Amino acid sequence: MSKKQSLSGVFFNGILVENPTFRLVLGTCPTIAVTTSALNGIGMGLAATFVLVGSNVVISLLRNFIPDKVRIPAFVVVICTFVTLIQMLMQAYVPSLYASLGLFIPLIVVNCIILARAEAYASKNGVAASAVDGLGMGIGFTLAITVIGAIRELFGSGTLFGFNLLGAGYQPMLILILAPGGFIIYGLTLGVMNIIMNRAEANKSAKEGVEA
Amino acid sequence: MELHVSNAPQIYAKDSTRTLMYDVILALLLPSFAGIWFFGLRAALVLVIAIAAAVLSEYGYQKILHKPVTINDLSAVVTGLLLGLNLPVSAPWWLPVIGSVFAIVLIKQLFGGLGDNFLNPALSARAVLLASWPTLMTNFTRPGPSLDAVSSATVLSGYPSIPLQMFIGNIPGTIGEVSKAAILLGFLYLLLRGVISWRIPVVFVGAYALLALMLGNDVLTGVLSGGLLFGAVFMAPDYTTSPMTAKGQYIFAAACGLIVALIRNFGAYPEGVTYAILLLNIVTPLIDRSVKNKVYGKGKQ
Repeated sequence: MSKKQSLSGVFFNGILVENPTFRLVLGTCPTIAVTTSALNGIGMGLAATFVLVGSNVVISLLRNFIPDKVRIPAFVVVICTFVTLIQMLMQAYVPSLYASLGLFIPLIVVNCIILARAEAYASKNGVAASAVDGLGMGIGFTLAITVIGAIRELFGSGTLFGFNLLGAGYQPMLILILAPGGFIIYGLTLGVMNIIMNRAEANKSAKEGVEA
Repeated sequence: MELHVSNAPQIYAKDSTRTLMYDVILALLLPSFAGIWFFGLRAALVLVIAIAAAVLSEYGYQKILHKPVTINDLSAVVTGLLLGLNLPVSAPWWLPVIGSVFAIVLIKQLFGGLGDNFLNPALSARAVLLASWPTLMTNFTRPGPSLDAVSSATVLSGYPSIPLQMFIGNIPGTIGEVSKAAILLGFLYLLLRGVISWRIPVVFVGAYALLALMLGNDVLTGVLSGGLLFGAVFMAPDYTTSPMTAKGQYIFAAACGLIVALIRNFGAYPEGVTYAILLLNIVTPLIDRSVKNKVYGKGKQ
């Protein structure tokens, strides 16, 4: 089925239909841990996107050479390479973001989204499709955790991307930038996304029913 | 005459959710009036805001989702009142509002409504408020109806402990927790009406007292201070979030007492009743499963 999909279909698949955060519920650990601000969300998302595209391309190129029995270690070595690259790049060029994401940059290695796309997509599809899949998934992930980060930052610190939006009189709801707030906001946004997607699906099937 | 065919039990009792909640509200009126007496009319305002916000959010949620509106069972009133009694009198107006909305929408309704929530709504709202606005939630004032309230530590963090004053409630604290006399009268009323059993409150406080004794604390001060009695009587025995069997209730209550003693002695916070009860709320299904009564005639397993 996936082979017949157009490249734009593959791209939007990662953003909406199979959004890694809201639809596949993968990579929940960084989703909850680093989304204390919108900027953290974007930084984490873009770093993961870089790794996703890179590892998808390389694994897709090597898909006929990697023996089936040792594919997971082979995937992890490829992913590690890109994580090390992005880690060094971030340390050199965006040291403040590097400091605030901390341990979660090296932990991109074990981010389920990346290994899942390597296993489920890149090891079975061509280079171009795999690159687009990585890009779509990465941007889907970035959008999702940026939204969660924005909500948590806005109400938990009263700011958005560092700008004070709610005024000096606002007393921030601290729990939202603590771990419980991560779970609560993730759960609520997940619920809202489910409602939206269910409605969209119901609309679609209703229309198809009329046409048929 | 119409005949109904139904399963056992066929004995009809007049108890309904509404009458149970009505009894709880009556019992809660005593600590409420005590709190208003000691802290002035502002205490009444906090309670009213909390109740109104709880009832309105239940009504609003059920209207928006086209569900049957259940505000007439009075359970939202109880949740709002419990939350209000758990706040300091100095709380700004939006604190009970956010607390009540959180308790009703996130803890109660999203998990299925009355009887399906796995946490005590009022208590989890208190925990959220405490984590979010720690200074506002612990801004306790000395009792006294004067307008210029004096900020003060509670007995647990340094206020002088005089047992008689602590018993009648003339001490700093949240609105509902200060008057132990009123709480005990409420407990007596709930016992006589058969709304709750003695097990959880008595074992909770007893287990705490025993541990406090072993740890060398002043037991009388420990029992009479903080939210221990209020939590043990009005929060812990909540039907939905405490075990069903007698054996389970003993375990639940003893563990609550243990955690309160541990937090008060070794924890970073001066008080731990909220966290003790919430923690045991979460393990209640496990307790229920592990101490299931054996059905007669089933033999050994």
